[in-house]
Amino acid sequence: MRASWRLLAPLVVGVIFLVAWEAVVRIEDIPVYVLPGPLVVAETLWRDGASLFGSLLVTLRITAAALAAAAVLGGLIAILFARSRLLEISLFPYAVILQVTPIVAIAPLIIIWVQNTFLALLLCAWLVAFFPIVANTTLGLNSADRNLVELFRLYGATGWQALLLLRLPAALPYFLGGLRISGGLALIGAVVAEFVAGTGGTETGLAFRILEAGYRLQIPRLFAALVLLSFAGVAIYWVLSLVSWLVLRRWHESALPRDE
Amino acid sequence: MRESHRSSAGDGLLTLSGVGKTFRNGTVALAGIDLTIAAGSFVSLLGPSGCGKSTLLRIIAGLVEPSVGRRWLAADGAASGSVGFVFQEPTLMPWATVADNIYLPLRLAGMSRREAGPRIAEAIAAVGLDGFAGAYPRELSGGMKMRVSIARAFATRPRLLLLDEPFAALDEITRLKLNEDLLRLWRTAGWTVVFVTHSVFESVFLSSHVVVLSPRPGRIAADLPIDLPYPRETELRMTATYGDHCRTVSEALAAAMARP
Repeated sequence: MRASWRLLAPLVVGVIFLVAWEAVVRIEDIPVYVLPGPLVVAETLWRDGASLFGSLLVTLRITAAALAAAAVLGGLIAILFARSRLLEISLFPYAVILQVTPIVAIAPLIIIWVQNTFLALLLCAWLVAFFPIVANTTLGLNSADRNLVELFRLYGATGWQALLLLRLPAALPYFLGGLRISGGLALIGAVVAEFVAGTGGTETGLAFRILEAGYRLQIPRLFAALVLLSFAGVAIYWVLSLVSWLVLRRWHESALPRDE
Repeated sequence: MRESHRSSAGDGLLTLSGVGKTFRNGTVALAGIDLTIAAGSFVSLLGPSGCGKSTLLRIIAGLVEPSVGRRWLAADGAASGSVGFVFQEPTLMPWATVADNIYLPLRLAGMSRREAGPRIAEAIAAVGLDGFAGAYPRELSGGMKMRVSIARAFATRPRLLLLDEPFAALDEITRLKLNEDLLRLWRTAGWTVVFVTHSVFESVFLSSHVVVLSPRPGRIAADLPIDLPYPRETELRMTATYGDHCRTVSEALAAAMARP
């Protein structure tokens, strides 16, 4: 398939969807507070864009901080796990428990316990985001080529040399894969936490703007905020994919051009 | 019959006496191996799949401890790396260039990149990969990767070079070429080589001695000197004496297989 089709095909689907949506809203005469058409949403996005964008930045700041913390701490935890099997088997179940407990359920507690709102939101988002990085990186650190491990042993490598020169590079694609998943999760975590936290002090994130618009029946604004949020999610995924490609393009299978 | 097998006259570089290996699951891989590898010899370990040839090679390398018996490597005062190992797969680090892969054992021995430079260049030239120092493994063919693997062992200037069916996965043409190149390197570098293979023709073409192993548990069934003169070229494969040696080795292998 030609490269232009790759771009064109989803675009065509999108346009058909938007046209159909607009048509249904007009033909059925659906009131704007139930379902606004895409044109109204676009107009609202244009009008309220600046104000909504400010809120988006608040949410993105939490997302970015949570993702960075997840990358650093998740990576370090994975290295500790790889260095000590005992540590891994004692702590991994608790990491799983943290992961499977719905963030909506623990967010209120965190917001009560942590006074600083930014920190509370950060903690919520981090809790959601760190697990894929820990799990993936641990897997990567343990999946270095066995023959290479033997080779390192044969040539007298110390444990740290094996970690630095063999296990860490071998884990890099896994880590980056985890990071890509965590990027979206950090955004979800931040949004959920904002929902639970309410106003969140002086600065209000996009999630709260969505709640607020819902309460006030400003449905077009709610949609506009949603659109911004999804674009932000897509952008995060895209940026992290790009980072992954840039880092791995010289050597990893995942970054090779595909033959059709 | 439990006589001591000497691979040739002269002092042994490596001696195994009464070596056996029983795995934790109870499988007896090797039993009663007495073997002396003379300095400067080219010894092939020949046997059917699963006869413990690879295990024997790993014991020789010091990667695996024998369950019984002793391994003794002659002290030589040589400062350079004592044992080089080439695996069945190229076993290269995919994230590192050809030069960096070859640098690995030198780096682990504490040599700086600057110091190692000439040695790396020499090793690359020796295996005929000039111009590929900056290439990544995925950009190379199977045969070229194997050359890098040999160059990596070459760079450590090993007294004893161990190869575990290194060319088994390659096509016939590449394999013949690499056989000849390996012989040339062995003669110029003054190595002692132990070469594991399941090919009668390969073992006869390369070796000064062919050690035939019986099926599990692996025992030494025959130790056959191959008194064809070096250098050996492609034409040797057409000669009657080569054919005679191949027949002798084949018969020894068949006898080993038939033994209850």
